[in-house]
Amino acid sequence: MAKITYITHDNQKHEVEVQNGLTVMEGAVQNDIPGIDADCGGGMACATCHVYVKEDWFNKIPKKEDGEEDMLDMAFEPKTNSRLSCQIVVSDEIDGLEVNIPSKQA
Amino acid sequence: MIKTDALIIGAGPTGLFTAHQLKLIGLNCEVVDNLDKIGGQCIELYPDKPIYDIPAVPECTGEELTNNLINQLKPFDIKFHLNERVEEVKKENDNWLVKTNNGTSFSTPNVIIAGGVGSFEPRKFSPKECEKFENKSLFYSVKDKKIFTGKTVSIFGGGDSALDWAVELSKECSVNLIHRRDEFRGAQATIDKVHQLAKDGKINLFTQYQMASVKGDKNLESIDIKHDNNEIKNLKTDYVLGFFGLIMQLGPIANWGLNIDKKTIEVDTEKFETNQKGIYAIGDICNYPGKLKLILSGFHEGALAARACFKLARPNEKYRFEFTTSSKTIKKRLGVKGD
Repeated sequence: MAKITYITHDNQKHEVEVQNGLTVMEGAVQNDIPGIDADCGGGMACATCHVYVKEDWFNKIPKKEDGEEDMLDMAFEPKTNSRLSCQIVVSDEIDGLEVNIPSKQA
Repeated sequence: MIKTDALIIGAGPTGLFTAHQLKLIGLNCEVVDNLDKIGGQCIELYPDKPIYDIPAVPECTGEELTNNLINQLKPFDIKFHLNERVEEVKKENDNWLVKTNNGTSFSTPNVIIAGGVGSFEPRKFSPKECEKFENKSLFYSVKDKKIFTGKTVSIFGGGDSALDWAVELSKECSVNLIHRRDEFRGAQATIDKVHQLAKDGKINLFTQYQMASVKGDKNLESIDIKHDNNEIKNLKTDYVLGFFGLIMQLGPIANWGLNIDKKTIEVDTEKFETNQKGIYAIGDICNYPGKLKLILSGFHEGALAARACFKLARPNEKYRFEFTTSSKTIKKRLGVKGD
């Protein structure tokens, strides 16, 4: 289990406990957190689960794999701390993770 | 006005197989798709990526699957309306009146929505003021490259479309190529060419920059681009092209009075009918308890929706279940010899 904080663009904080093994995207979808569309269902074929990872966490979580950066080219307002939340797997190590959700996904 | 037994919206695998099912049971149908080619997500998103879970097909790519489905439809004459998006669906007596953005209209008792996650639309620039210049001096596709001759064109994006147009337009115009990071994702040969052209001064390359704002009153005059380190650069430009890929949007479907939850349409699992009689939703776009977003589920949903269409298209006939292996009628429709 890891506590993950999703911060929507209007600065609403949503704190949820997410099971290990799920992705940060799945944690958002299962808890009805607004702003994560996840159109392709986690297949890294769209960029609608895009989040900004808080700087101190960005370097701690597992790095991007091939293809994620390519998909991020198509995200809405990507920044240097952008990630696709479907590619971040939840584990005890990321307990306390905070992610910001962009104002929109498309 | 085109009269048909069933209109399929979406030419992805689900729509294609459903067309086959409809023709097998003796109904005619037409297909509309917003893309310029047949295949839906399989062709647009992952033509080269392998799929491993199509029954009896151990491995195939999105493109191969599409081609096989098109081949399967060969015995039949099915009209495809590509590059057209359905805008309006209205009840007219017992039929649905369907209109596309190109002005094509259909009258049909059955509308089958096999629209995936909606229609593909170009992903746009985020600054609001970009809309003002859209289709005048700011474009998301190139229709007539001649208008750029001798002008300055600023191209945004890092994929094949952006790179190809940068190379092509650098012959006749002054090109700025702007991308959010140093790496490009495109054919290596094109990437090499872009770097060579940049070295030769034919393309002005700006990486780690993104669009910040567009400037100009009536006509576009310049753009501000912003570096990752927040530095702003102003570029004089006559035209702007954005190539950020396609996104899927539900679009006009949202206005047809259907029960929609999170971009999916609620259906029953007997006919895959929506809350509107004669409108069905199948494939990724439909939702019901236990729904799986698999291509094979779309095939099953389409087969059942097709049978439901029969009842509305041939109210005075009885549908009789037949196997393709033994039915003389079906074999005749397929144009194969009976035993």
